[in-house]
Amino acid sequence: MTSQTRPRLLEVKNLRKYFPIQKGFFKKTLGNVRAVDDVSFYVEEGETLGLVGESGCGKTTTSRCVMRAIAPSSGQLLFRTGEGEVVDLAVLDRAALRPLRPQMQMIFQDPYSSLSPRMNLFEIVGEPLLVNGMTNRKERTDRVAEMLQLVGLRPEYMQRFPHAFSGGQRQRIGIARALSLHPRLVVADEPVSALDVSVQAQILNLLLDLQERLHLTYIFVAHNLGVVKHICDRVAVMYVGKLVEMAHTGELFHRPRHPYTAALMAAVPVADPRVQSGDTELKGEVPSPANPPSGCYFHPRCAYAEEVCRTRPPDFREISRGHFVSCHRADEIDLPGISLA
Amino acid sequence: MSDQPSTAAPLLSVHDLKTYFLMDEGVVKAVDGVSFDVRAGQTFGIVGESGCGKSVTIKSILRIVEPPGKIVHGRILLRRPRRDGASGEEELDLVGLDARGEEIRSIRGGQIALIPQEPMTSFSPVHTIGNQIVEAIMLHQSIGKKAARDLAHDLLRDVGIPMPERRLDEYSWQLSGGLRQRAIIAMALCCHPRLLIADEPTTAVDVTTQAQVLRLLRELQQERNSAIIFITHDLGVIAQMARYVMVMYLGLVMEQGPVDAIFHAPKHPYTQALLRSIPSVSSRPRVNLPTISGSIPHPFNKPVGCPFHPRCTKRMPGKCDAGTPALQPVGEIQLVSCFLYHDVEVSA
Repeated sequence: MTSQTRPRLLEVKNLRKYFPIQKGFFKKTLGNVRAVDDVSFYVEEGETLGLVGESGCGKTTTSRCVMRAIAPSSGQLLFRTGEGEVVDLAVLDRAALRPLRPQMQMIFQDPYSSLSPRMNLFEIVGEPLLVNGMTNRKERTDRVAEMLQLVGLRPEYMQRFPHAFSGGQRQRIGIARALSLHPRLVVADEPVSALDVSVQAQILNLLLDLQERLHLTYIFVAHNLGVVKHICDRVAVMYVGKLVEMAHTGELFHRPRHPYTAALMAAVPVADPRVQSGDTELKGEVPSPANPPSGCYFHPRCAYAEEVCRTRPPDFREISRGHFVSCHRADEIDLPGISLA
Repeated sequence: MSDQPSTAAPLLSVHDLKTYFLMDEGVVKAVDGVSFDVRAGQTFGIVGESGCGKSVTIKSILRIVEPPGKIVHGRILLRRPRRDGASGEEELDLVGLDARGEEIRSIRGGQIALIPQEPMTSFSPVHTIGNQIVEAIMLHQSIGKKAARDLAHDLLRDVGIPMPERRLDEYSWQLSGGLRQRAIIAMALCCHPRLLIADEPTTAVDVTTQAQVLRLLRELQQERNSAIIFITHDLGVIAQMARYVMVMYLGLVMEQGPVDAIFHAPKHPYTQALLRSIPSVSSRPRVNLPTISGSIPHPFNKPVGCPFHPRCTKRMPGKCDAGTPALQPVGEIQLVSCFLYHDVEVSA
């Protein structure tokens, strides 16, 4: 599961994405929303990295920067291409990105709004193939049929339109479309949060299964910690545009080192009435990334905050092998985790 | 107020409720024979996936089912203090009331209050929070504007909104998601309802905010001894909030019982499968989850017989696809509608 020699498919270094706040006719810039603020992480080939955090924490912006759907303000996005060379996606322009696009694809959150109602399955799943030069219709039909089978849909459905399918089936269509070009990196942005509980498990199993068969690397963006724990090898936790902790899944859940991670885990209601959970000591709300607090962004809500937390922002440092945390007091405090069954 | 809520008469009692949508394409039986009791001080949880009829059930109670939906059968009995001044309580059948009449309007927001799912769309964006709460108070209580505003102020403080005097004059879009949900709860509480209906009150907010809102609801319930009908699709939330749980699927009740029995001794194959299929923070990672095959059928193509039988691993051909099982007591505390446990069918 965790071989030490796996090469890094993606290395993100000091990624920043600021959105200017403009006002007036001359669009004077009044300040910046620091949606992503100095984020560094890596993804090894074949693994699943979970990106978790509450709404507005910058997880979606981070994934959109990685996909180069938007251009980062600064930082490096080092991507190892299929040919083995390392390129910095952050500095490439549209034309230079194009040949790399098939290698990185995205699975979207809402299967109802992410599929065009006017295109049938053949057009939806075949469009990326056509755009990337597969002009032979027969060839395309074969590939679409193969993709549909891969995600558990019948190839006969090719002529149907998305409205004929349920939420879970639509998400399968979205997955078939994303995988049709054989990508190496797949960013899944909340792929199951819009689905019913009984269908979520089917999609999660499919994602795990496809990863094994096609040697995919996932960045899995989610807010549901149960889902994240189930599917991810490693997890990175974000808070107000910054990474606060990153570690192997088991370690992170068993022994969180950042008070925010621990609070997040304690807040999840467990589906067992005999286990007291779903409570939080956290007061107040997530601060705005346009006007973050001084020092550590978490200090106004943190039970362990000291003077240094108010004044100096903590570094994102490696506290033990593969376990990164940005907290001044990570060495002193002992936080409760969730034991692995 | 009774000191033994379990033996007292239920505050709300729903008997064999059927709400159908009569459309040109056919009849959608959104709620097809649902019965349950809710008692004071109790949190009654309704769980189910989309299309199971949980929202239509509460809309029926509030009599806000929009056409072509119609309550075609059943009774919804609400206990309330006698109105003629005499002591004691009387029972009122909400189904018999005019849905636009004065009586039901005094009950909505008065006796029964709703905490809606979407805090963003539940407030008017062009009126201040204070304005809207004051309006609700003055509709149901005969007090002046000044007194109503003071009351609204106290309510905002009670639900934990900092600086309530300032928030009264702000608009809903100026509040964060958590504060907005608290303001909605304050508005629901403004006329001391005896029954609160919370329709997925935390699905639109983050986990830490959810934890705060759930704690608030628990505290308020203890303080006021009100009954809560709590609707959600999140089994974690239901386990932590409800005392009594009803599991619905395609308009029918699959199983009913105390929360501990539902989670630790589920009887119905649907409940069992649902509980197995959720990835929890304490389960083993990266192994395939047990799934429920197939997907929820479209309401127009409801299967004949037990609605769950096409997806059920324990189905008995010739039985489950022929008759619909009735909800019957199984064991001492649970009610289950499944032929594995009894042979009683729903009479057509």
